[in-house]
Amino acid sequence: MEQANIEESHGHLHPMDPEVEYSSSKLGMWLFLGTEIMLFGGLFAAYAIFRAKYPEMFLEQHQELNREMGAVNTCILIFSSLTMATAVTAVQKGRKMMAGIFILITIICGLGFGVVKYFEYGAKFSHHIYPDTSIFFSLYFMMTGLHMLHVFIGLVVLGVIMVLTFKGKFNEKYSTPVELGGLYWHLVDLIWIYLFPLLYLVG
Amino acid sequence: MANHTIATNVYVPFLEKKGFLSWFLTTDHKRIGILYLVSISLFFLIAGIIALLMRFELMTPAADFVSPHTYNVLFTLHGSLMVFFFIVPGLAASFGNFLIPLMIGAPDVAFPKLNLGSYWIYIAGTIIVLFALLQPADTGWTFYTPYSATTDTDVILITFGVFVLGFSSILTGLNFIVTIHKMRAPGMTWHRLPLFIWASYATAILQLLATPVVGITLLLLIAERSLGVGFFDPAKGGDPVLFQNFFWFYSHPAVYIMIIPAMGVISEIIPVFSRKPIFGYKAIAYSSLGIAFISFLVWAHHMFTSGISEVAATIFSFLTFLVAIPTAIKVFNWIATLYKGSIELHSAMLYALGFIFLFTIGGLTGVFLGALAADIHLHDTYFVVAHMHYVMIGGTVMGFFGAIHFWYPKWFGKMFNESVAKLSWFLVFVGFNVTFFPQFFLGIQGMPRRYATYPEEFQSLMALSTYGSWLLGLGVLIMTVNLLKGLFSGEKAPQNPYGSLSLEWQVPSPPPHENFEEIPHVTDWTYGYGKKKEVDA
Amino acid sequence: MSEHSHSEGRHITSYTTYFIVWVVLMILTAVTVYVSYLDFGTFNIVIAMVVASIKATAVALFFMHLKFEDSITWLFALFPLGLLFLLIGMTIVDTFTRILL
Repeated sequence: MEQANIEESHGHLHPMDPEVEYSSSKLGMWLFLGTEIMLFGGLFAAYAIFRAKYPEMFLEQHQELNREMGAVNTCILIFSSLTMATAVTAVQKGRKMMAGIFILITIICGLGFGVVKYFEYGAKFSHHIYPDTSIFFSLYFMMTGLHMLHVFIGLVVLGVIMVLTFKGKFNEKYSTPVELGGLYWHLVDLIWIYLFPLLYLVG
Repeated sequence: MANHTIATNVYVPFLEKKGFLSWFLTTDHKRIGILYLVSISLFFLIAGIIALLMRFELMTPAADFVSPHTYNVLFTLHGSLMVFFFIVPGLAASFGNFLIPLMIGAPDVAFPKLNLGSYWIYIAGTIIVLFALLQPADTGWTFYTPYSATTDTDVILITFGVFVLGFSSILTGLNFIVTIHKMRAPGMTWHRLPLFIWASYATAILQLLATPVVGITLLLLIAERSLGVGFFDPAKGGDPVLFQNFFWFYSHPAVYIMIIPAMGVISEIIPVFSRKPIFGYKAIAYSSLGIAFISFLVWAHHMFTSGISEVAATIFSFLTFLVAIPTAIKVFNWIATLYKGSIELHSAMLYALGFIFLFTIGGLTGVFLGALAADIHLHDTYFVVAHMHYVMIGGTVMGFFGAIHFWYPKWFGKMFNESVAKLSWFLVFVGFNVTFFPQFFLGIQGMPRRYATYPEEFQSLMALSTYGSWLLGLGVLIMTVNLLKGLFSGEKAPQNPYGSLSLEWQVPSPPPHENFEEIPHVTDWTYGYGKKKEVDA
Repeated sequence: MSEHSHSEGRHITSYTTYFIVWVVLMILTAVTVYVSYLDFGTFNIVIAMVVASIKATAVALFFMHLKFEDSITWLFALFPLGLLFLLIGMTIVDTFTRILL
């Protein structure tokens, strides 16, 4: 059958040396994170320009945002980064149950973040504040929206990794997917670390 | 140099296995290279035919063949297909895929499945754009606001298609960077790498880091059209020039994505057909990185007449002149390589020599455009059209055709008719110059680009340009037929018909699936032509 | 610097290290929220960005393990930031040196 032919003729002729595969995968993920920085970068650039042009708009309109909810979300994400990092250490020490639980907590935090944002957006819409209300809110919705999309993608990816972790697919010798998932998740946290003060703490 | 033997009883050329799935689900970089080659060539031919239609309309001053609106659609399609579906993936996706692992002595790229994914993402992007043809955009391939935010044609779909294509470019760049860093054969130090690899590496960095910026720009345009977001709309406090700043932050490096691999190809062809080591290897290698780096610094030279500040314009004009330096370094080194070489005018060499001449014209006219005072007059005229086609056709396409003719025996295991190849080169070369050289004069005389109608006094040069396009089209047609014919009835190709020292020529033609029976141990520089074996890099 | 153990030459960061970094991040978050209620004029954004950058650096160096990665990784982690500054910087230069009628 076609599929079997492909496997037999490619997959196993030159298995990559595990160390090369590990360092290649990590480099690949860091490169990908670089692209994410450039993607969000455009939004940060737009923010910088419009904030410099309309400082009063930003000062005034950001008051509509709920600083406390933003701070809670920041704490949720930072905590989730902690649990993701400890998950990696757990896998590297061969503790699959612990690792799986840590990833689960990370996912729960991510979902919590989503729930908070759901209420935030809901509150905005009920006050008739939409992406086209003003430049400030365009930025708010675009930046947090794109960020939220990345959170969702991260949750799906982490979900898969969590299941595999519980199944024991990762251990001291092979923890690459968990590490890569962790790197991605930390980036999501990093971006929010900047979004929070820029949008919620204008003055 | 490479220590392996060809055991004919186990040699299975990578082209051997048949069946759709073995092609569409392949993770073999050589097959993926062919998938890209076929796809981009198809778009090249389609977009080329659109250009012939445009030139046909432009034979007469009136819009008598197509309406002005249709003409706008035509140049938008020509530009979008050529830029996003042919030339950006271009040499990188086709020849980069085929050659990089072979040249560095690796069995495949770092992430073969991702490589396949990149191809299908590219195809997804093209399909989305095909749907966009139902209500095709008339904005030009640069999608400038405010027109692109307000026109009723389907801008969202076409820009989304381009956005998807961007992912393909990013992932290919990522794959190549990791491959070149991590998978070089033992002994293949950075300074023994073929120059095509240096060029591919520099290109991959641009693909990786510049493309996301156009990604977000197009997303913002889509948001502007669908959500009423106002970043580019002055009525809402936005700035249409901001779109241009973001767009060109990618699109200027993009033009170097287009040209740097072609320069890499030239660096490979010239030494082989001069039987001399490449002159100034390190200078050429580092100049690729230099061009890539500087390319990030010059984007607003596309915007001198858009209303940017004089301060910004002056800075960008100065930086633009800088990019000529690493480019010139390459040209001088190629010429120095040719000097006192034993030149063989194989068709691939003809394309390489054509490149040097034509790209020099294209590059220099770019410097003219970089001069503020000149650009005020020349911006958006046919001078720009001529400049860009000299670098893109005279540069990239010459490199592309040269690469096809050079590596054809290696890739397909067949030989094409060399005399017909020379003839088609001649028609392409002459046809191209007749088409585009007059356009420099049209531009200086004030003929604007993207106009279907024009004043009577421009007609003779416009008509001449159209006749040239027919000659160019004929040359491409003959070349295509010749190359296709060779696939079916050409002679079987020897392993190394040109006596190249590069690793890809040390394996059979076509290469076996796994490339090398044993990973080679490299002890030599790639360019030791006409000298004793041990050449110190 | 921090406690670490090795497995097959790979560096494993300890739970303790991560916990300490987390505490630091929480403190910095509290600081930045607190400062935002005070009025330092244009300095507010500067302080906020400095604090955010310290937090980001901590996440990158420790949670993302950058401290123990090779120089190629560092290069590709930092180069995009440079490009970002270029994009933001030059668009600001353009926007704010235009002579408006």
